[in-house]
Amino acid sequence: MKRLMTGDEAIARGAYEAGVSYASAYPGTPSTEILENLSTYKGIYAEWAPNEKVAMESAIGASVAGLRSIVSMKHVGMNVAADPLFTWAYMGVNGGNVVVTADEPGMFSSQNEQDNRNYAKAAKLAMLEPADSQECVDMVKAAYELGEKFDTPFIIRMTTRVCHSKSIVELNDRADVPAKAWEKNPAKYVCLPAIARKLRVKVEERMKALAQYSEESPFNRVEMGDTKVGVIASGVCYYYGKEVWGEKASYLKLGFTNPLPANLIKDFCSKVDKVYILEENDPYIEEFVRRQGCECIGKDVFPAYGEMTPDVIRACVTGTPNKTMEFDRSKLINRAPTFCAGCPHRGLFYRLGKRKDIMISGDIGCYTLAAGKPYSAMDSTVCMGASISLGAGAQRAFNMEGVNRRVVTVLGDSTFFHTGINSLINTVYNKSNTVNIILDNRITGMTGHQNNPGTGYTAKNEETTIIKIEDLVRAIGVKHVYVINPNDLKEVDETLDKCLALDEPSVIITRWPCALKKFSQEDREEFESLFVTRNRVDADKCIGCKLCLKAGCPAMSYNKETKKVVINGVQCVGCDVCTQVCPKSAIVKED
Amino acid sequence: MTKSILLVGVGGQGTILASKILTTGLMEASHDVKMSEIHGMSQRGGSVSSQVRYAENKGEKVMSPVIEKGKADIVVSFEKMEALRALDYLKEDGTLVVNNEEIPSMSVITGEEEYPEDVFEEINKHVEAKVVNATALARELGNEKAANMILLGTIIKAMGLEAIDWDSILSANIKPQFVELNKKALRVGMDAVA
Repeated sequence: MKRLMTGDEAIARGAYEAGVSYASAYPGTPSTEILENLSTYKGIYAEWAPNEKVAMESAIGASVAGLRSIVSMKHVGMNVAADPLFTWAYMGVNGGNVVVTADEPGMFSSQNEQDNRNYAKAAKLAMLEPADSQECVDMVKAAYELGEKFDTPFIIRMTTRVCHSKSIVELNDRADVPAKAWEKNPAKYVCLPAIARKLRVKVEERMKALAQYSEESPFNRVEMGDTKVGVIASGVCYYYGKEVWGEKASYLKLGFTNPLPANLIKDFCSKVDKVYILEENDPYIEEFVRRQGCECIGKDVFPAYGEMTPDVIRACVTGTPNKTMEFDRSKLINRAPTFCAGCPHRGLFYRLGKRKDIMISGDIGCYTLAAGKPYSAMDSTVCMGASISLGAGAQRAFNMEGVNRRVVTVLGDSTFFHTGINSLINTVYNKSNTVNIILDNRITGMTGHQNNPGTGYTAKNEETTIIKIEDLVRAIGVKHVYVINPNDLKEVDETLDKCLALDEPSVIITRWPCALKKFSQEDREEFESLFVTRNRVDADKCIGCKLCLKAGCPAMSYNKETKKVVINGVQCVGCDVCTQVCPKSAIVKED
Repeated sequence: MTKSILLVGVGGQGTILASKILTTGLMEASHDVKMSEIHGMSQRGGSVSSQVRYAENKGEKVMSPVIEKGKADIVVSFEKMEALRALDYLKEDGTLVVNNEEIPSMSVITGEEEYPEDVFEEINKHVEAKVVNATALARELGNEKAANMILLGTIIKAMGLEAIDWDSILSANIKPQFVELNKKALRVGMDAVA
């Protein structure tokens, strides 16, 4: 049976067919759908971990205990999980394991563009790079066979285009893979220095054996055509190359990319007149090819950043970009993403952005959009959980220098559980006096609504213990904790005033569900009249002052003919932020 | 030959469902097909696009899942101004279908920018746009959200894909209560560019 699948869906399918029974992940674009899909298969236990390090450690545990396991994350998640990764490489596996990293050339939804193939090299782990969805299935299945044979976890490196492109996949049945027995084996699993030194030697032997395998892997294959041009490519770049040159070139398609096949590469380079290296981000293959003494054309011609789509390749190789229509670009308007109508972040940032003498230390989530207009309410964003700790450092620096500036830190509920907790412990322990706002919208929003430790549901939608943020921050030692409704602007202002007047750390939890969330029974019970009303503008009262528009709601617009504001009833969910902004009480509830 | 179809619009307009129906139909009719879309931050009211590529002849393979600039056979824009942005992708003799629907962006709402008044004048300097009142027509059918199927109908007509059994594709992929509406919408779209 054939089905159109994204690369993410195909990774999950491959894991299912390979008999994987344990999966863990933390959501992150473009990797999120891997675990979402894994959780739908019978026979696979799947869970959301609070962060990638925890996800990887759990997957190591499942592997040590004898099950085939998988852990998936976006590229920056690998940084969080890097600590266990490097030592796990020494331990090897019992049940096979795959680590999926989803890199983002072009940074569609990310804060950086790191090339995680470097992790495979640095941690000395075998790596595969699929080019389309069928290869995602085939490579995942091969990774378990090979991983158990060579005693290594496998890294599968995806990119956004592989994760989110659909192509046709042939479906097969699930393999029946019984769990392996667990045996007490400290010489393999207890990485004390004395043991690690021995394992370190084994790792080198393993890499040599894998290098030999790489020469004959079916995922590294030569397609000879015209020999004037030779193309060496990995991942989706193989298809980009085929799009550009078709039959007018020879190809070395690399799928098994750590260790790389030295002899295969040298042999290929000797048969063609010139060699182009097609790879996104770093010159990972190119540097290896050059070390083999082969001449090639790589990052000297192609860009080191962004996607290397066929039009980019053509422009670099020929020097002439594709012909396009030369229209008047001044007629284009900016259409950046914004907070949705009813977004519970709106009220908070609308008020926070108006404060003087503060620095706002932000984090990773939908709320990072507050950096843009009309709020301009974010002064820094680095990585998950950094808001609170970066804020503590900045506040200390201001205090030491006698600068009268208070630091307000802002992060979401899932981000707080991810790594914000450690940062808040630091803030309390080291006697900082920051104001820390946790935006508790009852879900992991930006990645498309995944459950987290605060929602009361698991990845498989089973009920579980709700970890209450207010209890947690009190247990850490925060004495000033306020739980507020962010749609109530007066409550937002008064709470900010109170906290900014303190000389101790405080936490404000803005508690209101994401407007797009599928509400749980608990949500409906806790939040009164949850998005059941809608508002309209009383045209007789509206003076067209446009003050309400500065709250940045996409449901509102100004009608130039009537000189009044109108509310789109399809979008409005009645959060009432605009009602409180209007100086003429012209925004009223629809009957 | 590989054919390239670009669907552009604003988050929430249903471009993803339209391209899902389109690619499923093409696959069922034994065409090799690839689709690429970017989601994530762009869902929050930002510009969105779905790229569909299929092999015209059976047995042929599609290589790149991504459409190159200047090479789309057809661009269908679910929003007026977004059609202009997508002109970069349309090939010289390509087809442009535009839904006559203005959606203000946040910069327009807050008054930083004005929604351009002469979008069609600018487009028509380069290509003769086929303008469809898909949102208004969908409203006449009883549900504004069916505009995406009307626009899919225009693609089916323009690309000569009428022989595929779209009714059964719709029945298999859409909630039962919306199947009849969507079938009607598809036909309205096919007639709109006749």
